[in-house]
Amino acid sequence: MNNRLINWFKYASPQSFYPLAGKLIPWFAAAAVVFGAAGLWLGLAVAPTDFQQGEGYRIIFVHVPASWMSMFIYLVMAFWAGLGLAYNTRLSGMMAQALAPTGALMAFLSLWTGALWGKPMWGTWWVWDARLTSELILLFLYIGFIALQASIDDPRRADKAGAVLALVGVVNIPIIYFSVKWWNTLHQGSSVSLTKSPSMAALMLWGMLLMALAFWMYSIAVALYRVRGIMLERERGSEWVKGVLQAEGTK
Amino acid sequence: MNIHWQSFSDFLAMGGYGLYVWGSFGVTALILALEPMLAVRRRNQLIARLKRQLRAETKSAGERRTPPTPNHPQ
Repeated sequence: MNNRLINWFKYASPQSFYPLAGKLIPWFAAAAVVFGAAGLWLGLAVAPTDFQQGEGYRIIFVHVPASWMSMFIYLVMAFWAGLGLAYNTRLSGMMAQALAPTGALMAFLSLWTGALWGKPMWGTWWVWDARLTSELILLFLYIGFIALQASIDDPRRADKAGAVLALVGVVNIPIIYFSVKWWNTLHQGSSVSLTKSPSMAALMLWGMLLMALAFWMYSIAVALYRVRGIMLERERGSEWVKGVLQAEGTK
Repeated sequence: MNIHWQSFSDFLAMGGYGLYVWGSFGVTALILALEPMLAVRRRNQLIARLKRQLRAETKSAGERRTPPTPNHPQ
């Protein structure tokens, strides 16, 4: 094996990923706090009233970032799961397992803030329309993934079963994303689009993007934190984990 | 970048949408605070447990003078 190859795969092993993740976590956490503070300031203190929805529209500053993250985390989780299924790498299953709880919470927040937004604007907490139903299915997919992995003792078999579920569930993501276009739903279309200029005031848009960035940084920090624990648990008995445990004692 | 609100009560009322806006931000803040706290607690418990196991393992290995069996063959 030549040197380039060794460098490329260096962080694919839990042993070398563990300290790297440990160094990165404080930076992602700090970025989450900074972006979150800036986003909350813009969204709650400075941004103007919406001409249609009054002040109620401000729910957008948590609803949209949570919804985006719920879908994006699922895609990343499915990517790692698929990688693990294809190449049988140790890190992949751990990453997928670490992402699932945060994704589930994001899906829950998306539904919760959506209900609180729907009540004053549509007059109902919930409707069985395509967007809302497919997001609920996403929450169930996360819960199913977590439950399935928890029910199988052997980590490798748990990874494989979870990976199949995660990959099958991926079809749900484009359904959520395009549901407002494909079906005539109560849920409004997206306010931010890549093809035309955003149909929002600049301050609102910036507030939302900063909040989305904060949610990103938060999710990365929590997932990295969780994956470190999973690494210790799964690789217990190995020399590097013993070294980590001894170092923890002296601190 | 002027502050949008006339007063603090104005801010809390959210133009009549206070319940919905604060219900959304409140629960989001709660969850985004709880999840890291639970993660930290879980990690501390895990490390304590693994250390106990490690101590028990090295102790029994020393007494019996047999090498410890590897837990998880890779």
